[in-house]
Amino acid sequence: MNIPTGRLAVWWVLVSEIVIFGGLLVSYVMHRLGQPEWAEQAAHTHLWFGATNTFVLLTSSLSAVLAHRAAEEGNGPKAAKLLHLTCLGALTFLIIKSVEWTDEIRSGFTLQDGGFWSYYYTAAGLHAFHVIVGAVIMLWVAASARKNQDLHRVENIGIYWHFVDIVWIFLFPLLYIAK
Amino acid sequence: MAQHSHEAAHVAGASHDAHHHQNWFQKYCWSTDHKMIGMQYMFTGMAMALLGAFMAYVFRMQLAFPGHAVPGFGLVSPGQYNMLITNHGSIMIFWVAMPVLIAGFGNFLIPLMIGADDMVFPRLNRLSYQLFLLSALVLIASLFVQNGGFGGAWTAYPPLSADKHYNLTPWGSSLWLIAVVLEFVAFLLGGINFIVTSMNSRAPGMKAFDVPIVVWTIVIASILFLASVGPLVAGAIMLLFDQLLGTSFFNPTRGGDPVLWQHLFWFFGHPEVYVVMLPAMGIVAEVMTVFARKKLFAYKTVIYTIIATGVLSFFVWAHHQFVAGIDPRMANVFTVTTLLISIPVAEMCFVYIATLYGGSIRLTTPMLWALAFIAEFLIGGVTGIYLGSSGLDVFFHDTYFVVAHFHYTFFPIAIIAVMSGVTFWFPKMFGRQLNEFWGKVHFWGTIIPFNGIFIPLFILGAAGEHRRIFDYSNFEHMSKPWMIDMRIAATVSLVVMLAFQIPFLINFVWSMFKGPKVGKNPWNANTLEWTADSPPPHGNWAVMPEVHRGPYEYSVPGRERDFWPQDEKV
Amino acid sequence: MSAHGTTQAATQGHGAAGHHRNYVKIWAILVVLLVISVVGPMTGIRVVMLITAFGVALVKAYLVAKNFMHLDIEKPIVHWLLGLALMFMVLLYAGVAPDVQKSDGQNWKKDAGYHHLPPQPLEGAEHGGAGGGHGGAHEAAKP
Repeated sequence: MNIPTGRLAVWWVLVSEIVIFGGLLVSYVMHRLGQPEWAEQAAHTHLWFGATNTFVLLTSSLSAVLAHRAAEEGNGPKAAKLLHLTCLGALTFLIIKSVEWTDEIRSGFTLQDGGFWSYYYTAAGLHAFHVIVGAVIMLWVAASARKNQDLHRVENIGIYWHFVDIVWIFLFPLLYIAK
Repeated sequence: MAQHSHEAAHVAGASHDAHHHQNWFQKYCWSTDHKMIGMQYMFTGMAMALLGAFMAYVFRMQLAFPGHAVPGFGLVSPGQYNMLITNHGSIMIFWVAMPVLIAGFGNFLIPLMIGADDMVFPRLNRLSYQLFLLSALVLIASLFVQNGGFGGAWTAYPPLSADKHYNLTPWGSSLWLIAVVLEFVAFLLGGINFIVTSMNSRAPGMKAFDVPIVVWTIVIASILFLASVGPLVAGAIMLLFDQLLGTSFFNPTRGGDPVLWQHLFWFFGHPEVYVVMLPAMGIVAEVMTVFARKKLFAYKTVIYTIIATGVLSFFVWAHHQFVAGIDPRMANVFTVTTLLISIPVAEMCFVYIATLYGGSIRLTTPMLWALAFIAEFLIGGVTGIYLGSSGLDVFFHDTYFVVAHFHYTFFPIAIIAVMSGVTFWFPKMFGRQLNEFWGKVHFWGTIIPFNGIFIPLFILGAAGEHRRIFDYSNFEHMSKPWMIDMRIAATVSLVVMLAFQIPFLINFVWSMFKGPKVGKNPWNANTLEWTADSPPPHGNWAVMPEVHRGPYEYSVPGRERDFWPQDEKV
Repeated sequence: MSAHGTTQAATQGHGAAGHHRNYVKIWAILVVLLVISVVGPMTGIRVVMLITAFGVALVKAYLVAKNFMHLDIEKPIVHWLLGLALMFMVLLYAGVAPDVQKSDGQNWKKDAGYHHLPPQPLEGAEHGGAGGGHGGAHEAAKP
């Protein structure tokens, strides 16, 4: 038995995403290891913002997987509700992120402020872009799931969402914890 | 359709609803039909090829007759010269080779050859083409903005590409980069579609080793593209931010590292060579077996060879950077891997030659192109061995030897193999036959001048002629009379070759509308696309085919006919 | 296509195994791990910090991939695909790091990359307003 087409496509999308994020993060790690003084820049990131956002994303992953279970049980409206909850998590994540960035930019740490900050904003920004795209697709999936249509898509968008979560799980120590 | 998943059948079914009342726009511009999308890719690629060819004509004229106005263009300034060579390279690789070979033939052939009614995601497929078209328009727009198009070579090495104070084209370089990224996204969407379609939508009875070689090569090329382009997508975003937002990834004056870009670029850039080479090899395999009337020699070996080529292609990228100041120990490693990859590629050529042995060869136009592919590609491959050895590369680097080498690989790929495929599948695409006589005129008129262009460049390169020089008359040791003669010979050959494309274009358009009509299977071939009508309708078959054997059962002993279609029961 | 059909497609492969999982429990473990990774740096010991940061991240990623993405009951080919993509990233690191992490070689030296240069304003970019706060925090950051 083959893997269902939609899910197979999502796995291939993830392969391409792994190499996109991989290219960026591998470059970052190389520079970080080669330039110990970046640690002093990293000391200015806000651990608590990062930790809160990790918590938000982990929780949104939980609601995404619960939506998948509801879809498996054939309960479309419940799945849609849980997907909306996941989108709420995405929104919370983005709000926290923007507050955090505002604070950092006010303190003078901008994109143009050397290597560490270039990577910091680009990596987190690329991730935030994926959060936005994922949330938009999720709203679309939820709209059809509410009418009990295309329930297999709930799992597919869920897999993508967990991937976005995993990327953040690695971004968090890379950007916030390692000093 | 046992192997169709629910969803595939569902999506394909949905697309069929559309074909009741189609107006012109819906049929030719907004279609989800894989054949129409493939054709759109092919025609866009052809149009871009004409643009790229025009650029080549202008800068070759400038090199042969410096200081003279080029007919049809005027005087070439140094900035324009850089813009022309950069965009010639980018267009020919990203907007001609990729769309025609992978997206064009992939879209047209994959569902027809595996016995599916369409791609598994037809609307995604349409989106992929639209993004590609947008990227082409952005690229063309970049040529006309203030200060002109990007001139930092198709490799876009920083710091030249990263800082507008160096490249002097603030708009051109950013638009060029945006066009490239859009094009990558388009091919990622298309590639995922190809891979998933061929994994999940094969006709009943078609096992992995019943799939024609060309489908294998396009799918593996898509996988290679998917796995290698990621770092460059990230790198392109970083470079764009360097240009527009003032980040410091690649610009050394801001603390960045230009060599990092070279690595990210070539980590994609070298597998990319094989991304376009593999489909070309696949097309040649199809054409050769049909016109040699012989079973492909060692089908499974070819597939393992394709996979080996794909894997090895990830381990060779730094051979482009031998003189970029990379660690000499790394140069040793990459020399070894680069020489290793010639083994599977040579093996493919040997397999094709072995296929010809003892066959009853018919020298039709597609077959001539296929044979020429092997011959010319071998020259490109053999000269690659010189360049892959780090010691020799230090001498040859950035000379016309390199230019001639990669044109001897890319021209067979993007023109010769494509011509072979176009002339071979033309009856299936349009239901009519191309004119054989003018096809052969076009063949000889292309092949002979092609060698006339690049053999002089090998010699000039070995004599030390550096690329990216706008006017050699300022360099005494590069403007000896014999060198000038060779440059003129190459340029004249180019003009002759371009002139011989006119009979092809006329033949193509005329045959599309007026050529003799053909039946389902004009070449007596085995693969599934020849069991559909010519041209196939939306949905391809009224009754979906079933597969009973491999694709290359030609001249099987004891059978009356010398071919045995894959879907024939007995 | 009926709702029944789609549900079947959704459950195909993953089906019943998912019902035995306690997703909330896994989420609780993940949160505990998150707390550990936050507490880690507070010990002030570098090795502990690295383990709690990256070791825990690996465990978290493993838990999410196994339980939420259901990779444990997915077809082997998916494992191969994802593993291969990760392998390519290791390859990228192995091939590039010898150059990028190196500050000098034969007849060349990378100076600029190893000093935090003052940012060069882009032409036309307003730097005045932000510059004030910028200066203070920035000077403190310099070695």
